[in-house]
Amino acid sequence: MRIWHAIVIGALAELSGVALTATATWLIVRAAEQPPMSALTVAIVAVRALAMARGGLRYAERLSGHSAVLRYAVELRGRVYDSLLHRKDIPSGDALTQLVSDVDERQNFLLRTVLPAAVAVLVSMVAIAVATSWPLTVGLVLTCVALPLASAALARRRRTACASLRAQLADQAVHLVHGREELIAFDLFDAELAQAERTAKALARKEHPADLTPLAMLVQFAAALLMLSQGEPAWLVLGAIAAFEVTLPLSKTPLGAQKQASPAKGDPLLSILPSDTDNSGPDDCELLNGRTAIVGPTGAGKTTMLNAIARELEPSKGALADAHVFHTTVRANVLLAKPDATQEELDRAKAIVDLDLDWDRVVGERGEEISGGQRQRLILARTVLADPDVLLLDEPTEGLDPQHADTVLQRMLDNCKGTAVVVTHRMEQLRLFDHVHHRGPIDDQNVSRIG
Amino acid sequence: MVDRRHLAALIPVPFLVLAQADLLARVLSGAGGLALLVVVVLLRVGVLWLNRFLGRRAAATTKVRLRRRFLEAPGSRAGEVATLATKGVDAVEPYVAGYLPAMVLAVLVPVAVVIRLGFADLTAAVTIAITLPLVPVFASLVGAHTRDRTLSQWDALAALGGHFLDVVKGIGTLRAFGRAEAQSVMVRQLAAQHASATMRTLRVAFLSAFVLELVATLSVALVAVPVGLRLLDGGVSLYTALLVLLLAPEAYLPLRTAGSQFHAAAEGKAVLDQVPAPRPSGGVTPPDLFVSEIVLENVTVRSLRDFNLTIAPGERVALVGPSGAGKSTILGLLLGFVRPDSGRVLVGGVDLASVDQREWLRRVAWMPQRPTLVPSDLSSGERQQVALNRALAREDAGLFLLDEPTARLDPGTEAQVLRGSREFIRGRTAVLVAHRPALLDEVDRVVRV
Repeated sequence: MRIWHAIVIGALAELSGVALTATATWLIVRAAEQPPMSALTVAIVAVRALAMARGGLRYAERLSGHSAVLRYAVELRGRVYDSLLHRKDIPSGDALTQLVSDVDERQNFLLRTVLPAAVAVLVSMVAIAVATSWPLTVGLVLTCVALPLASAALARRRRTACASLRAQLADQAVHLVHGREELIAFDLFDAELAQAERTAKALARKEHPADLTPLAMLVQFAAALLMLSQGEPAWLVLGAIAAFEVTLPLSKTPLGAQKQASPAKGDPLLSILPSDTDNSGPDDCELLNGRTAIVGPTGAGKTTMLNAIARELEPSKGALADAHVFHTTVRANVLLAKPDATQEELDRAKAIVDLDLDWDRVVGERGEEISGGQRQRLILARTVLADPDVLLLDEPTEGLDPQHADTVLQRMLDNCKGTAVVVTHRMEQLRLFDHVHHRGPIDDQNVSRIG
Repeated sequence: MVDRRHLAALIPVPFLVLAQADLLARVLSGAGGLALLVVVVLLRVGVLWLNRFLGRRAAATTKVRLRRRFLEAPGSRAGEVATLATKGVDAVEPYVAGYLPAMVLAVLVPVAVVIRLGFADLTAAVTIAITLPLVPVFASLVGAHTRDRTLSQWDALAALGGHFLDVVKGIGTLRAFGRAEAQSVMVRQLAAQHASATMRTLRVAFLSAFVLELVATLSVALVAVPVGLRLLDGGVSLYTALLVLLLAPEAYLPLRTAGSQFHAAAEGKAVLDQVPAPRPSGGVTPPDLFVSEIVLENVTVRSLRDFNLTIAPGERVALVGPSGAGKSTILGLLLGFVRPDSGRVLVGGVDLASVDQREWLRRVAWMPQRPTLVPSDLSSGERQQVALNRALAREDAGLFLLDEPTARLDPGTEAQVLRGSREFIRGRTAVLVAHRPALLDEVDRVVRV
């Protein structure tokens, strides 16, 4: 494990700092006794060497620490991705975003919490062994173990108190931004903003780091004063103060730090995702031949029905409309459906859906650099190229103007040799289908969620 | 924006640092003063506690102010604002409570130390006074040299780092096309690339910290060894030598703290840079819409180029055109949410930009394309109906704006929307974004965008 390198190098860096202080003090106190010059030579060389070593070792520690954590991240990302790969259910977008930020958080935790703590413990152990002075031993146990644990516990309590307020503030923020124009237009914005500000104030009273550094400093000087009163030599007292200095940062726990990091089996990171559920299939499988339109009033559960059909199919057999657009080129996004497609096939798919984008255009995160209609047609082009056994489309031409929409859908259906199931609102399109399936209003059907 | 009142409480710190070193040197050289040292140590811890307390309070005040600004800022994405208002604002804490005090101490303490040493031992004072400025000078030299190199790499890093989020969020799509397995290797490859690219950047970026540490520790050696040698000749007293030894690192320590706080505070500074300007308020009273002409004069913004449109009072206009042509942008201009890059929007001859927006919006009934101020457990059609009813409830509105009401509606709901708006727009100025032919029968004029 490379993280051990970083810990050892870090401890050596800090120890050379401590030793520099102790040696320099010894040098001065000894010089005051006016011994021959030769008695000081070793100490002088040591002071200079330690001064050089500290900077270099710190630099090496920083690099090896980051390198170890980044290597760990490669493995962690791969593992998290693989476990997602083998789940039956795909978790929601929010759960996935949370998962990714937890992976980042885990890296930070290793680098900013675990590494400095391990270095401080190692330095303390050496200092305790060298000095064999009980005030130092007791003090270091306090600043290395007791106070950090207390501050972590305090932070945990504050975090719990803050979590719900934060969630509330996030909700209020989303509401204020999404509804901003409407809120302003209907003169509700200031009242909503004042409400969010009340949450922000309540939050600000609670969220600050659990900082016991002043207490740790008190321990540091109490130990030094006790050592002084016991008549310990000056180099030992000042060395002890320097050793305490290494442990002081541990008594402060930032509120953002991760709760726990036990890299045990059965990765706890994944426990935030909902567990796999086995959904029972739809009873509408007689739909699956020819070209079928699903129509019905708003809220009748058309999308729910389509999703249920999609779940029943082998993933590669049905192409569902709710698709992700990757932050890459139009070509790469469409090629996903058929990596060995020829340029001809690509151009044909593009022509069928009237996609007016260059193949090499980069679409931005979630396709935010192209228009909604273009994004929609890009997904349709991908679907055409995939040429699935069962074509599933949920209002595929929403966002296109009506005549254009009808033409595109007609061309897509003509191109489809297998089965097609399409949710639509446009009565004008119904002539394109073999069957029309009417979904009744909500109370006629057992619909679990409105799409 | 940033609360700085807590910085005044830092003034006693340099005096306490000097007093503590002085007394410790006395005690160690056998001159007594242990009781006084205990008092000074207690004072120092007390002042530290007070500083942390005030810093925390200043951070809290700053955070409340920032959150308010972010929440009222226009034209931003909801996810971004939610992140900024919760986690993002947190990053300001190290800036306010850590970096700012460290910067103040980085000036106060070294100056105090050099002055005190000037009285005790001139050689040491001069050595420190010369090497001290080297720390910021070297750090900024190294920083300037590395900035260009790191900047060019950050973009690449961000792209590589973003890939993981992108594939994780798109895993449903990847699986649907049977491409998920292939990405498993890609995830590891790109993460490995990300790791080595990051390390290349860090090797350079950490150099400035390296210089800082090196100058600080070397200077202690530079001060300690000559003082020890002069002690040997009896040139200085043990008390003075110890004082020099104790004070020398104190001169560099605040600079090192400021250096490390600088990196911790960088994120907070970035957040502060993103603080939007406060919302403008006030303006002239809007003209009476029942008699005022509305003119869009050579307006260029988003997809509109030199767009001109004149709407007479009481006229009903439908906007048609392909998606992305700028129909919704025109409604945004009329609402005042979109400001023209060039050109003007005039109401009764008055520039809409100078009109009090709140007063203006009280006279407008608006139904948005995707209403959000409705309970989320409704279907999209039901949401449209709720939004329409709310717009129609504004009975004294002189202008009615309706955006693609029928885009997602079944025919039943559509008929209801038509009926409702038909009655409402009688006698009012109306601008409708239309996708369906049915709506076009209700208007006086159709404008192709």
